Amino acid sequence: MSLTTDDVKKVARLARLAMSEQEILSAQAQLNNIFDLIAEMQAVDTTGITPMSHAQDVVQRLRADVVTESDQRELFQSIAPQVEAGLYLVPQVIE
Amino acid sequence: MTWEIVIGLEVHTQLSTNTKIFSGASTAFGAEPNTQADAVSLALPGVLPVLNCGAVERAIKFGLATGAHIAPRSVFARKNYFYPDLPKGYQISQMDLPVVGQGALTIQVEPLSGNAKPYEKVVRITRAHLEEDAGKSVHGSSQGVTGIDLNRAGTPLLEIVSEPDMRSAAEAIAYAKALHTLVKWIGICDGNMQEGSFRCDVNVSVRKPGQPFGTRREIKNLNSFKFMQQAIDYEVQWQIDTIENGGKVQQATVLFNPDTGETRSMRSKEDAHDYRYFPDPDLLPLEISEAWKAEVRATMPELPQAKQHRYVNELGLSAYDASLLTSSREMADFFEAALSAVPSQAKICANWLIGEVSAQLNRDGLDMAQCPITAQQLGGMLLRIADGTISNSGAKEVFRTLWAEGGEADAIIEAKGLKQVSDSGAIEALVDEIIAANADKVAEYRSGKDKLFGFFVGLAMKASKGKANPAQLNEILKQKLAG
Repeated sequence: MSLTTDDVKKVARLARLAMSEQEILSAQAQLNNIFDLIAEMQAVDTTGITPMSHAQDVVQRLRADVVTESDQRELFQSIAPQVEAGLYLVPQVIE
Repeated sequence: MTWEIVIGLEVHTQLSTNTKIFSGASTAFGAEPNTQADAVSLALPGVLPVLNCGAVERAIKFGLATGAHIAPRSVFARKNYFYPDLPKGYQISQMDLPVVGQGALTIQVEPLSGNAKPYEKVVRITRAHLEEDAGKSVHGSSQGVTGIDLNRAGTPLLEIVSEPDMRSAAEAIAYAKALHTLVKWIGICDGNMQEGSFRCDVNVSVRKPGQPFGTRREIKNLNSFKFMQQAIDYEVQWQIDTIENGGKVQQATVLFNPDTGETRSMRSKEDAHDYRYFPDPDLLPLEISEAWKAEVRATMPELPQAKQHRYVNELGLSAYDASLLTSSREMADFFEAALSAVPSQAKICANWLIGEVSAQLNRDGLDMAQCPITAQQLGGMLLRIADGTISNSGAKEVFRTLWAEGGEADAIIEAKGLKQVSDSGAIEALVDEIIAANADKVAEYRSGKDKLFGFFVGLAMKASKGKANPAQLNEILKQKLAG
């Protein structure tokens, strides 16, 4: 599989990345290199092998359901660009 | 040829944990904005999610309650999209390996129209997966800006996805209600729909019977059963009209507007469904051992459906009564406690609960947990109905008093003189007097005017001040009048 420049533009848009035509071309080449590597790996016969979902072969540790966090709103909001009545303000979002 | 409606549901249930799914921040409802938004909820750089044991345990309970496969190993994935109430830019969810696999829920469907009888149906559950909730956007506080409250961000959700097995709005509602009852019953969700603890997305399509599924539209975020019904009815009609007028239904997400009763397509967001899921490298696979499952199983209460079967098979109640009595755990517990006073009178006990008790709760705007009379008080009264001490009308009087003033059935019966006369000698004497005083009417009755029987019953009841045992009175009256 190989990506077209339109594919790259779509991926960039989904990731909210603004890219110049030049950057798109270089990203296309890089991404296609990655796809070549994936193609190589996909050629390996993995029948009967459980896919890994994580590089480390260990399992998730769990946390007890106990409140450990306290209210630090003032501290967190001191670095926010804009707050009002306890809310973080962002440019208007219209559904 | 009529249209067939096809419905599937996705239900987001907020799990009743103390803390968020990936951090130790509180999930209490109604806190001041952002006071429960910790560094993880805010997605500050460098934070890592740590999975909440309580959320997993609740998912296991749900799996056990629906006879589902519980995955020995499941995986969390990132669902990527941009929205200000999702500061990480992705929601942690599960995709390929959800914690709960295929299960099923048996529902009692009460058709909404006509004389159709209630029936039972099994709805298959495709899967249920753990994920985090997003924050809340507050619009309109100031011009040109949106306020963000991240208290809800990271609240654990179990998203329960059904197969498209429902064929009417009535079935969809019955399923949603059964699911709502179940999650409260097993204590994994408080079920508070107004606070958004139980939110339904309904996928609706129509087709000619026997044809492949039609194109579906998804009605988002319904938080009441009434709205669900209205939304489905409107949506179905809209789809049928569209197709019959030569149009085509386009796959879309729609919102229901309760004010107009209409569904409206959300502005279709380009790429909206391109979430680019991938396994979250911050989280390791979740393993659930047989031992853990067994431990959770040991804490499970008897489930509504098992109770229903027991009520029908052992107590001789109808399936309909059994389903009403198991509409909540409080109701079932109340029924069983009251029944222990009159173990052989399940039907009377059921009738009082489904009838007077429920009606009175309704009138007073209370739910079962707030019922002013206890199961023991009701049981004491049922005992006196069962042994013939009080008539039905006497019982109603006792019930009114118990409800308004409290007390104990026997004392009320005594104080109000409600004990019915079951002494046949006394009733006979009374009937003899009436016959003697109404010779002309007796003659009319004997010459074939059967309707007069009611007249004599009325007189006799009045003479006994309403206390005569009605069955006994009827019998004696019939005998004496026959001459």
